[in-house]
Amino acid sequence: MNCDRVLFLLNGYVDGELDLVTSLEIEEHLRGCAACSAQQRSLAALHAATADKALYHAAPAALEQRIRGSLKKASPQPPFWSRFTWRWLAPAAALVVILILIAGTLGRSWMLANQQTRLAQEVQTAHVRSLMPNHLMDVASSDQHTVKPWFNGKLDFSPPVTDLAAEGFPLVGGRLDYLDGRQVAALVYRRNKHYINLFIWPSPDGGLGLQRSTYNGYHLFHWNQAGMTFWAVSDVNPDDLLAFIHAYQKNTQ
Amino acid sequence: MSVEQDKQARFEQVILPHIDAAYNLARWIVNNDQDAEDIVQESFLRAFKYFASYQGGNSRSWLLTIVRNMCYDWMHQNRGQGQAVELDDEIAEDEAGAGDPETFLQLKIDHQMVASALEKLPAQYRELIVLRELEEMSYKEIALIAGIPIGTVMSRLARARDRLKACLGRRQDEEGAHEL
Repeated sequence: MNCDRVLFLLNGYVDGELDLVTSLEIEEHLRGCAACSAQQRSLAALHAATADKALYHAAPAALEQRIRGSLKKASPQPPFWSRFTWRWLAPAAALVVILILIAGTLGRSWMLANQQTRLAQEVQTAHVRSLMPNHLMDVASSDQHTVKPWFNGKLDFSPPVTDLAAEGFPLVGGRLDYLDGRQVAALVYRRNKHYINLFIWPSPDGGLGLQRSTYNGYHLFHWNQAGMTFWAVSDVNPDDLLAFIHAYQKNTQ
Repeated sequence: MSVEQDKQARFEQVILPHIDAAYNLARWIVNNDQDAEDIVQESFLRAFKYFASYQGGNSRSWLLTIVRNMCYDWMHQNRGQGQAVELDDEIAEDEAGAGDPETFLQLKIDHQMVASALEKLPAQYRELIVLRELEEMSYKEIALIAGIPIGTVMSRLARARDRLKACLGRRQDEEGAHEL
């Protein structure tokens, strides 16, 4: 191992981040090289000086109490009298619920069709908008370990992220978007010169098999899986989009 | 226990214990006690709001990612600083190499000097040193929190340390000059 390489790896060595073989090679070099050995000692001295606990700023005592107080304010307690009213209303409520269920089942299939069309329109619009300059990504990275945690603290759910470069659909980044009245995750993949948007958000509906819709000439697919709804849209031909979906589903089981 | 009370209890059990780590990071990034307190309070509120996205795993890293982002958002709004690294022309010549190690080894350093030198570093260098040395985090954890690849953690940390050494060397020179 030469000096350049040792100096390049020196911080990793001092921090104990390197594998055993590499560490041993570095130690062997240090034994025989005064210059690098001096660098290592200098770095170790700095490490010791900066790992000094006197530098640690612990939270002021009152801060924890203030935070507990504001957490309590942030989660309102249900009013105590709600327990009593339920007993009085129960029989009447049950009847109303049955009537609603009957009417609901009839209206549901019609509503569902409308809802899907509206959602397909929203998804297609969001896709086209994302293709405008500088609208595609909030975080640009092909590393799923960068994209997935980027959503932490920005969404109230954690989208499954995986890179599919091996299957011909590299991950290029992620973005926050807004669909169906809520914030959603958008994962951006590339297929040759085209982009695929995969929108993800939590859904209480159960496992819905793959559904296909078209809107404005675009092919869209959607499905439910593991408590989330997925919508995939792209300019690529539907066969490629299907291949992408199968690869994604396979890699996120 | 209601669902709401359940959520708060679980949050206080899993996330709140990291309050020192949260404050330490915020304080070192923004260099001010009061601002750090405000940011930490906001961070916990936000973490609570998005608690459903915490799926187990490293709770400290999850929280500190939120705290770190809050710090930079706050600095952008309140100090007009984006992700831009502050420039310090004095140090430029020391950037070229690791500097003379023997000189550094001769320095007498106390923690006040280190604190003072750390405060002068650009925030994006300083945060790496804080996470590595004071929070004792691995490169992998640091990479997650700072949103950079692991290789970048090592190289940026190396540059941060070079700058710190140069800064400490200069401070020693200044103090030596005063004694004369």
